[in-house]
Amino acid sequence: MDKAVQAAGAHASDVNYLNHETGLWSWLSTKDHKRIGIMYAISLALVFLIAGILALLVRAELIGPGQTIMDAQTYNEAFTMHGILMVFLFLVPSIPAILGNFVLPIQLGAKDVAFPKLNLASWYVYMVGAVFTMLALVYGGVDTGWTFYTPYSASTGGGVLWMTAAIFVTGFASIFTGINFIVTIHKMRAPGMTWNRLPLFVWGMYATSIVQVLATPVIGITMILLILERTLGIGIFDPALGGDPVLFQHFFWFYSHPAVYIMILPAFGILSELIATFSRQRIFGYRAIALSSVAIAMLGFLVWGHHMFVSGQSAVAAIVFSLITYLIGIPSGIKVFNWVGTMYKGSIWLQTPMLYALSFLFLFTIGGFTGIMVGVLAVDVHLHDTYYVVGHFHYVMMGGSVIALLGGMHYWWPKITGRMYNETLAKIAAVLIFVGFNVTFFTQLVMGAQGMPRRYYDYVDKFTQLHQISTVGSWILAAGLFLVLGYGIWSLFNGEKAPANPWGAATLEWTNVSSPPDPHNFKRTPLVTRGPYDFHLADEVFGGDGSAGDGSGDVRMPEPAPAAPEPADGDK
Amino acid sequence: MATETAPATTSAGDVHAHQHPPHLEHHFVSSEQQFDSAKLGMWIFLATEILLFSGMFVAYAVFRQWHPDAFLAASNALNWVMGGTNTVVLLTSSLTVALSIHFAQKEEQRKMVWSLLATLVLAGVFLVIKYFEYTAKFEHGVYPGSFFDPHGAHYAYLADIPFAAQFFSIYFVMTGIHGVHVLIGMALIGWIAWRANRGDFSSEWYTPVELTGLYWHLVDIIWIFLFPLLYLI
Ligand code: HEM
Ligand SMILES: [Cu+2]
Repeated sequence: MDKAVQAAGAHASDVNYLNHETGLWSWLSTKDHKRIGIMYAISLALVFLIAGILALLVRAELIGPGQTIMDAQTYNEAFTMHGILMVFLFLVPSIPAILGNFVLPIQLGAKDVAFPKLNLASWYVYMVGAVFTMLALVYGGVDTGWTFYTPYSASTGGGVLWMTAAIFVTGFASIFTGINFIVTIHKMRAPGMTWNRLPLFVWGMYATSIVQVLATPVIGITMILLILERTLGIGIFDPALGGDPVLFQHFFWFYSHPAVYIMILPAFGILSELIATFSRQRIFGYRAIALSSVAIAMLGFLVWGHHMFVSGQSAVAAIVFSLITYLIGIPSGIKVFNWVGTMYKGSIWLQTPMLYALSFLFLFTIGGFTGIMVGVLAVDVHLHDTYYVVGHFHYVMMGGSVIALLGGMHYWWPKITGRMYNETLAKIAAVLIFVGFNVTFFTQLVMGAQGMPRRYYDYVDKFTQLHQISTVGSWILAAGLFLVLGYGIWSLFNGEKAPANPWGAATLEWTNVSSPPDPHNFKRTPLVTRGPYDFHLADEVFGGDGSAGDGSGDVRMPEPAPAAPEPADGDK
Repeated sequence: MATETAPATTSAGDVHAHQHPPHLEHHFVSSEQQFDSAKLGMWIFLATEILLFSGMFVAYAVFRQWHPDAFLAASNALNWVMGGTNTVVLLTSSLTVALSIHFAQKEEQRKMVWSLLATLVLAGVFLVIKYFEYTAKFEHGVYPGSFFDPHGAHYAYLADIPFAAQFFSIYFVMTGIHGVHVLIGMALIGWIAWRANRGDFSSEWYTPVELTGLYWHLVDIIWIFLFPLLYLI
């Protein structure tokens, strides 16, 4: 363990949220936001594992032209299942359901989210969705791709009904989380926690929740209409019955483009926390970062048509969608510049979470640039449905969200589990993941630009080498991820006990709560008297110049917030 | 932007009570905080419901735009007297549910229970009328989508109108989903009436009554849009 980490203070008290009740039922019936976060973490880890193995199989099939390990139909079902699991069942819930649930109420100084029962219901609803997904496999699989484009989806594969039902159901889980967070942020803040003092993770979750609430109902009705199209032939999407398949695409992307912001805005939130803490620096442009999240959330509703440039929508629509798409680059750019500005002024401490933050900045920037490229109308006509698009969205979704989630998990791991992980192994894994990722997906960008179409089972010989490199990259990536799984489990049982604030962070979950936290989070409700990133308070008082900071004992500990005056009835 | 106001910690009432009122959940500081949270949550949920229906309104607008004549002719086959009656029924039920909240505030418990039951009965009347409308159509093969096969004196002419089937698809889907909401609303109102009868609510705390009322108003409002769109224009 680092010296700085060691210096950082007291151990947890004996009673905490993990051991104050035991037994399976105490978990399955819990209304504690922290435990619900953990139940989501376990379920989502499982989904990620299955979807990841499917990805490895898909990649293995593509290691050479022609058939290698599976037939074409199985291949279609495998990449469809991979996409559906990753998008709808993993990435959409991921950060909000795991870290949002765990961290957000504590960062606000609340004892729980506003609706604990609804929170538990969200998990159960999600599990019902997961069961439906299994049934989709039992009833004949799905080979439509994760986009379910009509009319094909109205007639193929017996599993489509169950799959669309699953997405309808999990939508409710997402809406429940969104409602819960919005209300919690508005109504449950501790005394003194003003909007200007909200940690940026909370701002990210706030913007995300707005998107969840406003976009998810649309995928709900789309799935209902698709189900009715299959069962009753209502002729809304099926051209054979007078319906309009492009209308389906409008509906689908009206949700699914904002959904990519459900995936990336929480990642932005995590990144702000990581950069502030490990640069030991007040965030540069706090307000710009906070409000740009909200701006992205709003703009995100206006650009769905950029997925349909070649679908036959009107030329005017295409031009307008293309223009608005460029606009989204502005708030995203603001964020990246502010993060870089924060690091520039700060003193960087290269712990594992910070490695992920840097890796995010690199990968997300590539994802953003390639996004602008496909947002250009004429260029997209060439790149549409090629591996360039596959590369682009993996840079954003995996290089962005998943990397940020990994960074966030490492950052909050000591708080959640009360244990430290092995820093050396963690750094090795972070590097493996970064390298593996780029080898896998940068080659796909190249292939796509050269014309390799996506979702193809077979390909011409000239792409063989690039496919092989990409496949080998996926193995490096997988090695990194399995390493994380390995030392994570090891740390649960053998890791050193974590101090309350190993990183010297300044938000409430570190300064005022033990690791792991008490069942009701705070011993006394805190009274918030300063912003979330006041690392320099100590320097100003003790005359430090704020320039040192190689991590060797230079962790400046922010003071805990004082307790709020107790209400007369004793607060119990 | 610089709103330096924090949410109130406690209301004077709770402080002086020296104990938590039984309805106050442990993670809230005051009854106001709990009530405001519940209400905000319900409003957001109602927004999602409106967005759910908006998908169908868009589909309606698109196909009406494409096939105005077919939609006009098909719309004439709907029974506007029944639809109109149902509008009046639902509006009345909105009044009775509003009354129940009023009586809750006044602690007039019996009247509260009775107005909830009246709401329940009116909702039932709505569904019964809807049932007769549906069966009158089904008898003559007027089904949604690919099962559309109109016959009989009043409906046979629909068979010759291309895209009339689509109108009925949209009609059945929209009113069907609305009907499901009526059923959910009835379950909620029944449950609230049962609790009201048990004496769960007081002028201090009647949040569930108020939230159920909000939900029921939404069901009503959506019908007020469905009725002219489907029956009248
Ligand atoms: C473990 C690393 C991963 C590898 C090796 C991998 C590989 C692949 C491959 C080979 C495809 C099929 C491309 C095609 O035929 O069009 C694909 C599609 C896809 N992947 Fe991944 N993937 C990985 C991780 C992820 C993650 C973390 C996400 C999270 C969102 C994701 C989301 C998607 C989506 C949305 C598709 C599109 C499916 C479709 O077009 O039907 N992937 N991936
Ligand atoms: Cu998009």
